[in-house]
Amino acid sequence: MYKATITVRLKTSVLDPQGSAVKGSLHSLGFAAVTDVRIGKTMEVWISAPGSTEAGEKVEEMCQKLLANPVIETYDYELEGA
Amino acid sequence: MQPNQNVMGTSTVMEPTPEEIRDRKLYSELGLTPAEFEQVEKHLGRLPNWTELGIYSVMWSEHCSYKNSKPLLKRLPVDGPRVLQGPGEGAGVIDIGDGQAVVFKIESHNHPTAVEPFQGAATGVGGIIRDVFSMGARPVALLNSLRFGPLESPRVRYLLEQAVAGIAHYGNVVGIPTVGGEVEFDATYEGNPLVNAMCVGIINHEDIQQGVAKGVDNPVIYVGASTGRDGIHGAIFASEELSEASEEKRPSVQAGDPFMEKLLLEACLELVQKGILLGIQDMGAAGLTCSSAEMTAKGGVGLDLYLDDVPQREEGMSPYEIMLSESQERMLLVVEEGREAEVKEVLDKWELPSAVVGRVTEGDRYRIFHQRECVADIPVKTLVDDAPINYRQGEEPLSFREETAASYMEELTGVDPTEALQRVLAAPSLASKRWVYQQYDSMVRTSTAVRPGSDAAVIVLDGLDKGLAMSVDGNSRYVKLDPHVGGATAVAEAARNVVCAGARPLAITDCLNFGNPEKPDVFWQLENAIDGMGEACRQLGTPVVGGNVSLYNETKGSAIHPTPVVGMVGLVESRDHITTQSFQQEGDVLLLLGANFGELGGSELQQQVLGMISGRPPQLDLAAEKALQSAVLHLIQAGNVSSAHDLSTGGLAVAIAESAFAKGLGARIDVETDLTVIPYLFGESQSRVLLSVPKEFAKEAMAMVEKQGVTCSRIGEVSGEQLSIWINGVEVVSEQVSSLQTIWEEAIPCAMNASLTN
Amino acid sequence: MRFAVPVFPGSNCDIDCEKAITTVLGEPVDFVWHTQRDLDQYDAIIVPGGFSYGDYLRAGALARFSPVMEGVVKAASEGKLVLGICNGFQILQEAGLLPGAMRVNDHLKFRCDIQPLTVVNNSLAFTQDYRRDEGIQLPIAHGEGNFYCDEVTLKELEQNGQIVFRYVGSNPNGSVEDIAGVSNREGNVLGLMPHPERAIVEWMGSQDGAKMFTSMLRYWEEKIGAA
Repeated sequence: MYKATITVRLKTSVLDPQGSAVKGSLHSLGFAAVTDVRIGKTMEVWISAPGSTEAGEKVEEMCQKLLANPVIETYDYELEGA
Repeated sequence: MQPNQNVMGTSTVMEPTPEEIRDRKLYSELGLTPAEFEQVEKHLGRLPNWTELGIYSVMWSEHCSYKNSKPLLKRLPVDGPRVLQGPGEGAGVIDIGDGQAVVFKIESHNHPTAVEPFQGAATGVGGIIRDVFSMGARPVALLNSLRFGPLESPRVRYLLEQAVAGIAHYGNVVGIPTVGGEVEFDATYEGNPLVNAMCVGIINHEDIQQGVAKGVDNPVIYVGASTGRDGIHGAIFASEELSEASEEKRPSVQAGDPFMEKLLLEACLELVQKGILLGIQDMGAAGLTCSSAEMTAKGGVGLDLYLDDVPQREEGMSPYEIMLSESQERMLLVVEEGREAEVKEVLDKWELPSAVVGRVTEGDRYRIFHQRECVADIPVKTLVDDAPINYRQGEEPLSFREETAASYMEELTGVDPTEALQRVLAAPSLASKRWVYQQYDSMVRTSTAVRPGSDAAVIVLDGLDKGLAMSVDGNSRYVKLDPHVGGATAVAEAARNVVCAGARPLAITDCLNFGNPEKPDVFWQLENAIDGMGEACRQLGTPVVGGNVSLYNETKGSAIHPTPVVGMVGLVESRDHITTQSFQQEGDVLLLLGANFGELGGSELQQQVLGMISGRPPQLDLAAEKALQSAVLHLIQAGNVSSAHDLSTGGLAVAIAESAFAKGLGARIDVETDLTVIPYLFGESQSRVLLSVPKEFAKEAMAMVEKQGVTCSRIGEVSGEQLSIWINGVEVVSEQVSSLQTIWEEAIPCAMNASLTN
Repeated sequence: MRFAVPVFPGSNCDIDCEKAITTVLGEPVDFVWHTQRDLDQYDAIIVPGGFSYGDYLRAGALARFSPVMEGVVKAASEGKLVLGICNGFQILQEAGLLPGAMRVNDHLKFRCDIQPLTVVNNSLAFTQDYRRDEGIQLPIAHGEGNFYCDEVTLKELEQNGQIVFRYVGSNPNGSVEDIAGVSNREGNVLGLMPHPERAIVEWMGSQDGAKMFTSMLRYWEEKIGAA
């Protein structure tokens, strides 16, 4: 059994309205050093697979097919034995 | 059967023994008094275990039993020729002809909103929608009444922003239009905001359902979201004052899933259409406990519940936790034995978790089983019908007498009228609520004929010429200054609103938001407000068909303004009668119906100029009110009214301005009066309506109105893009409509933007 | 002309679409449950608005894998008319039938209003009853209507006349180039955030949506007549 922790973010070329708003709020709270905020999603997926290569392939496939929208989003993931 | 006295289940939490509960007075932690605990012991003939105690504590909480308000609520009129279902079921039902009925109810979610505004407000909407479709009705409209502290406070801005977003999210996802509402701001709500949500549904008479268990051996089916530990003790939470410790009660606040609600709604209505259900009730406050106990008591039967079969999303939940969970989007159904498969087929189609969790039994025992043990065995009537009632005594506060002597007229009459108008239009309570309502989908279902922003919203009925007008109203300042008059005024104004939309008022639902009833002055407010409301309901022929009481709205010992909120529904006989507040065409004549006494006590102007309210609120003559409403409706139905606007907060000046805004049409007012300028323009005398009518119809209209014994004066006409007001030959206001509109429209967005920095 | 309105769990404008077709055209329309694959008997498909699957993960992302979408893809490839409104638009984007993707509104709030638009391309089957550059008003009601596509795609859309509607006045959601509705390259699939089905009779506040339905019927009648 493997656990994949998948992070999906908006591409850097795509304006992130939520990130911009949070950046503004952080500035107003005095965190002047904040230069950028990007908001994404984290998903935890448990998957049974014979080995980490197979698990990785499956995760890659599900990201491309469903979990991320390639028009505006990118993804990466970490895999650990669970 | 003697239930196991020390059931722990697989819960990791050690539960106290019955003896410990008694000796260490642990019942008080659940909100029960020593006398109530004794009563429990007497009902059971033994000491209760922890699960049983939890069940009694929620069933006997104010939220479920109305123990503090029941004697007063009995004073409200609940009957009428159109009433098909009064208080006591999920929602009230009123006949609207053609074999159809309107189903509606309002409910508060104040305490959860104070702690977690998005989920608190959202689940308030979810709960009221379930109350309506558990009657078998298709929900067709939502309204809400909100009260917050002053927007200068960042916390208040956060609460408002999140509560509105939560309301919007829930209603928008389920796909029920939010068509109207009101928002007011006052310092007394700063720590205790009010969120009252109202839902309106439509039903065919033969589809009306009841929350009842009947037929021995019939299965009890659980459907909807699985049960978790969220919201345990929400009913008790709603029956206590807010304190700093409330923040720590966050786990008590449930999270809503409007998608699940939508599926539940469609599935339940499909079951209603198939005629399969014998009983149906929402698992709302006090969850599985309240729904199952009430259905059982109402049916005059007993019930066995098997908790192992309840869908659960957390492991190791104890019977206590399962019974008291307030997880959202759950329903309890009772069907005829043998029809389980038919029901399951529908629920499976909607991909809803469901399970048979109990059976109707003979007798009167309410028994709970967990891991093959009986963990509770209670005579069910003792939970519902024998809940304790507190007969309290109200006491008129000293301040009430003193208020009569309050002097404020001199200070107010000296204010420049233009400045007064600008200040009042910029007051958040009166300013445009567009910032709020444009977050609500007000048009889904394509039946909304009058969208938010007019006196009342109107939806039309598919395939019929008629429609329903609806409004929520409550002026807490008036109630604070005189609960009786204020209570009556809330009803009168709500009725006036639906009349101005072209409808005949049918009935009301009410939400009584008050402070701690154990305080004699608060109880006095409650008592008098209810009496005032009852009087107005009787006079106007609008019975109360349901509602909700929210007490203990206090922070740090200080109560909110007493806030009875009235939700009114009226019948528009023909779409041709639908009328809005906005001026329609140049040259129309402005008629003012009703008498002006220049009353400024409790007015918006008083609040704005003096920073406080004092004196007596505007008086209310219910006979005059009734005559006015009948005259207005008569004129509208005769087909010659261009616009109709109820005069309320801000008085005549504000009514004219608001009527001008929608189409940017100005007005020229020219009147002779015995009153001075400020009381004339900003006095909030009741029972008044501003009409615009085509010139050629003006004389006839005035004659028709006067024939009904209602004062009517021609005060000017719709003209140009300027608001120009002449009083006794002097022009006292001369402003561009657009510049006034800017003040009115930008007040709330500007106040809210203080929280955004980019 | 036979219409299909696919219904997903969470669709909530399905009935409104049916009412609009019935009221404006009087043509037959069926609700098709999301588990049905075959849409061969229909001449046009209207993917309705709402919150299919609660808009969980991304708006439209889960509905896109419903069996009924196989029928929608097939119909689109056969040149039948496919109209996606609001959430329906998002579903068609997720399914790859329409370009671009939606972000949350730039002001981060849901917005419901009656919005002025301009008809950029009136040569489509969906828009032929409008005038070119006609100013119309249609209701909007969405939280994620902030249309995005990259520069290259945008240029293509402009060149191919695939930008069908633009917002006029203040942009209600921050969409690229004020885009409110786009078509596929062939012009038989249209997606728009505004709701034409909510603007068909006078009391609704606008009747400007009716022409979208009459356009579709006229296109179909002419096609049948020609065949």
